[in-house]
Amino acid sequence: MKIDCKHVWEHISAYIDGDVDQALRAEIDRHLEHCEICSAVMDSTRNVVVLMADERVFEIPAGFSERLHSRLDTILRT
Amino acid sequence: MTSSIKPEAQGDFAPAALIARILAGEKHLFHDLIRPVERAVYVMLFMLLRNEVDAEDAAQETFIKIYRNLHNFRGDSKFSTWVVSIARNEGLGWLRKRASHPEEPIHPILDQDGETTSGDFTPALLTDWREIPLETLERKELGQCLSRAVLNLPPIYRDVVQLRDIDDLDIAETAQVLGISPGSVKVRLHRARIMLQKELVPLLERYAPKTRGFFGRRV
Repeated sequence: MKIDCKHVWEHISAYIDGDVDQALRAEIDRHLEHCEICSAVMDSTRNVVVLMADERVFEIPAGFSERLHSRLDTILRT
Repeated sequence: MTSSIKPEAQGDFAPAALIARILAGEKHLFHDLIRPVERAVYVMLFMLLRNEVDAEDAAQETFIKIYRNLHNFRGDSKFSTWVVSIARNEGLGWLRKRASHPEEPIHPILDQDGETTSGDFTPALLTDWREIPLETLERKELGQCLSRAVLNLPPIYRDVVQLRDIDDLDIAETAQVLGISPGSVKVRLHRARIMLQKELVPLLERYAPKTRGFFGRRV
């Protein structure tokens, strides 16, 4: 099986999650070795996924936890 | 990779053990039980309500409901999955109470697999990518750039990104919270990641390290 760029794009997310079978992964890897576009697409998508998961992207308001636990204290006492 | 939900503790501090002790009268342990999921609940509610004050109020209400319904936790799913489901229901309840909720889809056109068929799911094409390291997030505007892109996703895509990539739930847990099939989660996640890549690549390139491959260029 030889795959083209569009076929690789269809599997980007599954590939990043390690959710493609061994044969397909090997085929994608072979494609990535010689296709700079797909390599850059794969790398940039993975980079976006990693950055997005960082706690600094969605910050909780200062004092959120203190206010929450203080309110819970009043509930737990009843 | 970090995530909104801290890994569940084991042994005496595992959620099931803590819940048993809380229900037996050691109420103060509820504080310890929820610390690992506080952030995920807030982020879930902020994404739904798009307002810090409402998200914080709804988060407090969510945790009070969780405390009052702790005896209903059956342990057939992870505690964090149960909590996130309750938070989502709380947020959707808040949205229903609002006069209008423009962030919800009107009626997405569904194909045979229950997935929308509209939209362009081709990634941004480029020939070179210089990885942006996590340290770059010290620059606040980068975080804002990413959060804005996630918030601007259509809700069905935003949901899966939040649960899978931000909260680090697995495919089955994400499917359980959203009440959809694992296959639909995978399709939506794929499309969402492509949409984010397409939206963000042109914006993120300015944060990349200075060195660049000789032949590197966008196409």
